[in-house]
Amino acid sequence: MTVAVEFKKVSRHFGAVKAVDEVDLKIDEGSFFAMLGPSGSGKTTSLRLISGFDQPSAGSIHIFGEACETTPPNRRPVNTVFQDYALFPHLTIRDNVAYGLMVRGVKKSLRHQEADEMLSLVKLDSYGDRKPAQLSGGQRQRVALARALVNKPRVLLLDEPLGALDLKLREQMQEELKALQQRLGITFVFVTHDQTEALSMADQIAVFNEGGIVQTGTPEEVYQRPRTKFVADFVGSSNLVPPQISAQLGGQSRWSSLKPEALTLIKHEGAGVVGTIKTVRYLGATNRVTIQVGETELSALLSNSGASWNKGDHVGLQVKPGALYAMEEST
Amino acid sequence: MSRAISIQTRDGRTGVAGRLSDLFWRRPKLLLLLMLAPPLLWLGIIYVGSLFSLLLQSFFSIDEFSGLIQYEFTLKTYGELLRPTNYDIILRTTLMATAVTVASAVIAFPISYFAARYARGRMKAVFYLGVMLPLWSSYLVKVYAWKLILAKEGILSWFFDAAGLMPVLEALLALPVVGGNSLSVSYIGTFLVFLYVWLPFMILPIQASLERVPSNLLEASGDLGASQRQTFRYVVLPLALPGIVAGSIFTFSLTLGDYIIPQIVGSSRLFIGQAVYAHQGTAGNIPLAAAFAVVPIVIMAFYLWMAKRKGAFDAL
Repeated sequence: MTVAVEFKKVSRHFGAVKAVDEVDLKIDEGSFFAMLGPSGSGKTTSLRLISGFDQPSAGSIHIFGEACETTPPNRRPVNTVFQDYALFPHLTIRDNVAYGLMVRGVKKSLRHQEADEMLSLVKLDSYGDRKPAQLSGGQRQRVALARALVNKPRVLLLDEPLGALDLKLREQMQEELKALQQRLGITFVFVTHDQTEALSMADQIAVFNEGGIVQTGTPEEVYQRPRTKFVADFVGSSNLVPPQISAQLGGQSRWSSLKPEALTLIKHEGAGVVGTIKTVRYLGATNRVTIQVGETELSALLSNSGASWNKGDHVGLQVKPGALYAMEEST
Repeated sequence: MSRAISIQTRDGRTGVAGRLSDLFWRRPKLLLLLMLAPPLLWLGIIYVGSLFSLLLQSFFSIDEFSGLIQYEFTLKTYGELLRPTNYDIILRTTLMATAVTVASAVIAFPISYFAARYARGRMKAVFYLGVMLPLWSSYLVKVYAWKLILAKEGILSWFFDAAGLMPVLEALLALPVVGGNSLSVSYIGTFLVFLYVWLPFMILPIQASLERVPSNLLEASGDLGASQRQTFRYVVLPLALPGIVAGSIFTFSLTLGDYIIPQIVGSSRLFIGQAVYAHQGTAGNIPLAAAFAVVPIVIMAFYLWMAKRKGAFDAL
């Protein structure tokens, strides 16, 4: 499989701030790649390094095998969908979409025709004559998408593409983006701080923290087998189980992650791991129960059909076999 | 206790202030009208009213023998504007205003661009100070200072002499029409002083308009394949255009109406402002003065109409 984008020991330092520090990264062609991380983790800077708005302080970046640290943005085979869309306010929607073709000298009739085709791809057929200010957030998002796609980029970069949309629209756009990516077969690289968005859309996720990548993998890998406490905490709603309790529950004597749905409660019998129920939250089909075990607070997702538990109950804890994943970090 | 109860009563508060406050709350338009009345009256009577009376004057004429104003509507006075001497004044002033405006825009744009895009913190303060400082000193002082700078024995000739560029200055002054005995009595001199005095009025609106262009638009343009030059041509310039037009309204109309600068610096040929001054003063020809004063208004109206038609305000 061809590698679309490759980072080799790439760093970007702003004075003493190491926004990106010695990052190695490979993005396969045709994949839907998510850069996930909290703000300030280096994910947006990494995206800007691919687009060319920023140059690395050290290391090399290859796009389809070609070193491109010194290639200006307008000569890279990548296009960007900006976080706040960055539509040109003085141009009509059609001219916004046709912009990339215009600066390449494509004839007006031809570029308008292609722009209209792109607009119909994003279901905005009849909006060509309007100005960006007359569109809603979701529509502007689609225009930004069409404008980036009209150049037929080999890699499409999306910077928090759905951040400004409300929940319902966001979910709808997630599906549409995914469908669009599969249809066009272009490599999509998108930056997000929303783990559900990354999990539901991406084929590959790179989890960023403090200027570096802490884990790369498929959504299942990252969610089920977080390598560090940070990933476990940030990506999932996993419990972080201290080494001692992990060992008692049948895992390794190391910090481990444990999904709430893999934790079950039994009657208190004095032996094994015991705890006290702190809260019970009713969630319809399930209850979310938090249990205090010594210093640690664990969370369990329990079916409502079983035994009912109340606040203050003393309970024993059991874990489904193999549900405890030991993490790399020892502390 | 009684206070708390009175607030809870449904019929509203007692006392004049309380009732007024309730009334305004129920009828917000009334309050708006009350607040807007003084400025509207000011604008309506002092500004538009006086302008209208000026317009009215220009439709009267003067009796050439008695020198008295004839209060009958006629276009005779406007006809006089077309006489060669008067027409020359209008043409001269308009050309000067155009030259000053174009030169201001050309000089102001890079300065504004730097201030809006690159200057931060202290640098920005220095920029504002540098632009505003000349506005704080007296206009007359500045003009007379320029007269000295441009005079035959002035510092500018000295500089040209010291730099061995005297032939350049002489060639400049030898130019027909715009040249003259020295810079201080030539159109070039008038132009330079106009340019100096009105430049801040061009810089500030352009800077304000550039300030509002988000930098990610420039990035988007580059990302879509535009070169720096294309980004400037297709994104920066159209978005800065309202600022340039606003600035040019200032420089253009201020030059059209000024009567002091051409009187102090330049050849003794009249500009519109001087013509107005002369006709309404010593000559006592108020209608002609009024007709002259209408000319800049008409030119400006035409200019704005053209600017709007050309889409200068599309980015607003």
